[in-house]
Amino acid sequence: MDLLDNLALGLETAFQFENVLYCLLGVVLGTAVGVLPGIGPTATIAMLLPITFGLEPVASLIMLAGIYYGAQYGGSTTAILINLPGESSAAVTAIDGHEMARQGRAGHALAAAALGSFFAGTVATVVLAVFAPPLARAALEFGSAEYFSLVVLGLIASIALARGSALKALAMIALGVLLGTVGQDIYTGTPRFTLGIRELFGGLDFVSVAVGVFGVAEILRNLENEQTRSAFVQRVKNLWPSRDDLRRIVGPVLRGTGLGSALGVLPGGGHVLAAFASYSVEKRLSRTPERFGHGAIEGVAAPESANNAAAQTSFIPLLTLGLPAHPVMALMIGAFIVQGITPGPNVINEQPALFWGLIASMWIGNLLLVMLNLPLIGLWVKMLAIPYQWLFPAIVVFAGIGTFSLNFNSFDVYAVAVFGVLGYVLIKCGCEPAPLLLGFVLGPLLEEHLRRALIISRGDASVFFTRPISAVLLALAVGALVISVLPAIRRKREEVFVEDD
Amino acid sequence: MESRRSVPDILAGAIFAGIGLTFVVASLGYELGTPLRMGPGYFPLVVGAILVALGLGVVVKGLVAGEDITWGSVPWRSVVMIVAALIFFGFTVRRAGFLPATFVTALLTAFASSRIKPVTAVVVAAGLTGLSVLIFIVGLQLRLPLFGPWLTF
Repeated sequence: MDLLDNLALGLETAFQFENVLYCLLGVVLGTAVGVLPGIGPTATIAMLLPITFGLEPVASLIMLAGIYYGAQYGGSTTAILINLPGESSAAVTAIDGHEMARQGRAGHALAAAALGSFFAGTVATVVLAVFAPPLARAALEFGSAEYFSLVVLGLIASIALARGSALKALAMIALGVLLGTVGQDIYTGTPRFTLGIRELFGGLDFVSVAVGVFGVAEILRNLENEQTRSAFVQRVKNLWPSRDDLRRIVGPVLRGTGLGSALGVLPGGGHVLAAFASYSVEKRLSRTPERFGHGAIEGVAAPESANNAAAQTSFIPLLTLGLPAHPVMALMIGAFIVQGITPGPNVINEQPALFWGLIASMWIGNLLLVMLNLPLIGLWVKMLAIPYQWLFPAIVVFAGIGTFSLNFNSFDVYAVAVFGVLGYVLIKCGCEPAPLLLGFVLGPLLEEHLRRALIISRGDASVFFTRPISAVLLALAVGALVISVLPAIRRKREEVFVEDD
Repeated sequence: MESRRSVPDILAGAIFAGIGLTFVVASLGYELGTPLRMGPGYFPLVVGAILVALGLGVVVKGLVAGEDITWGSVPWRSVVMIVAALIFFGFTVRRAGFLPATFVTALLTAFASSRIKPVTAVVVAAGLTGLSVLIFIVGLQLRLPLFGPWLTF
């Protein structure tokens, strides 16, 4: 069977000593990032991107992916122990998880989260392995018109899943796309919007944009209102859940895994939606919904399974279509390109060891997370005692060095400062940064395929509507746009994000 | 409907419209081409125009039914120090060398917090510099001089 051969190849690659080491490094770093509030996985991966240049492609991608799903684990730890979700998708875990901790059942909550996540990660790895190849085969049939429509759909869908005003999210996308046009025009080589600055001929570096908008802007947000964190945490004991707990979490874990695997593919942060959706599903299905919010273990197991499954399946659009579902995936595109690989449908055939190795490493990474995190929980909690005054200078310094070493170019470091301030002002005005980065990464693709499709069709714009796949994708995009703009539906959308009490 | 004016909305819209307009004006300076063969200016012109329209939309919405956003304080000191730190690093990393550039950058950044004491800031900066040398120069073999031409004779 193909699938088994492929997984065998993947496991063989992923189990190479060096790759396991980088996987371990990735998940440890990721957990740290998830535990420490104030640094997100996006900024971390952006800063570490330059470090991966010297590594083998497989090793670097394995490490970066590990940071991403490791952060999901770490985020749930702080959510449960001190009611401080380090990551947006862990916010829902905090509701019942922290309540359990206050009742002295922190260990059970952590174990439920870890076991649920591990199960979900295992299933999602298989989902990825089963669905990625046929999708990639289908994507090989795509022409420029289809790609253009697909990018439009991806961008629009990211609005539907973003919080806040749809109009602003649209504007952030347009701004990102515009920033993406800086540099040489692909067809004529004309330098555009470079202000005569030599460093801009190759375009703005997206690490500068990402580190500025997700790192520096975030630090400025945190410095608005400095407070010392109280690191008072009760001792965690009794990790192993009772038979009764285990019986309770089987259903939620299964349903959370299913929901998460499906929603993770959506552009724009499906893992956050998955966590919220699976929580409300469990509450609705429960015979004792009144326990939710007061320490129901189902309310921890379901969203944790869902967000971990979603974190994994969000690699599907990246690996099969070359389209990032959210900013972290956009950075992964950068990591691929740096290694000389164009992410997209060809990766499976041209780099099978890399593709399957990356997938298999996710399962290994999940296993490492369970083995590491439960016994070492005390160590992670200690990290919370690190004062922010020590932490944020480290982020700024590493951002400066990391961005500089990318091209040995001071201009990129100045760009970090500019985008940090711009991002900070826009975030303060209620604009989410994720659509901007997606627009920035996808903008050049959008332009390239728009222009190519129109050249092939001899300037006939109807090609986007007469080719069936393209038409369907555009119709879906229109649908997504309507959903995110219509006020009645928008209220519903807000409700999904509002924490139940 | 009660009108709710929202200053953050108006500001955001103005930023969008302003940047969009800049790109529109700049792209008129490039060859536009035709829809069949778009020149370098065509696509940015269209997207710029869309951004201007969206920006104006956000402004109008901010005047009529703006989002309720709590603005909060602006940590001016942090903004200035962090921007200064990054510009300092970019400017001096080659000229003064990795070691002094990193140390001063870390020091400037540490002072972005209003709560930090000078002694702590120096300790943090020194520690970070040591860590950075270990990670980037020793560990990752980054080819940068510890002391640059400004400080070597």
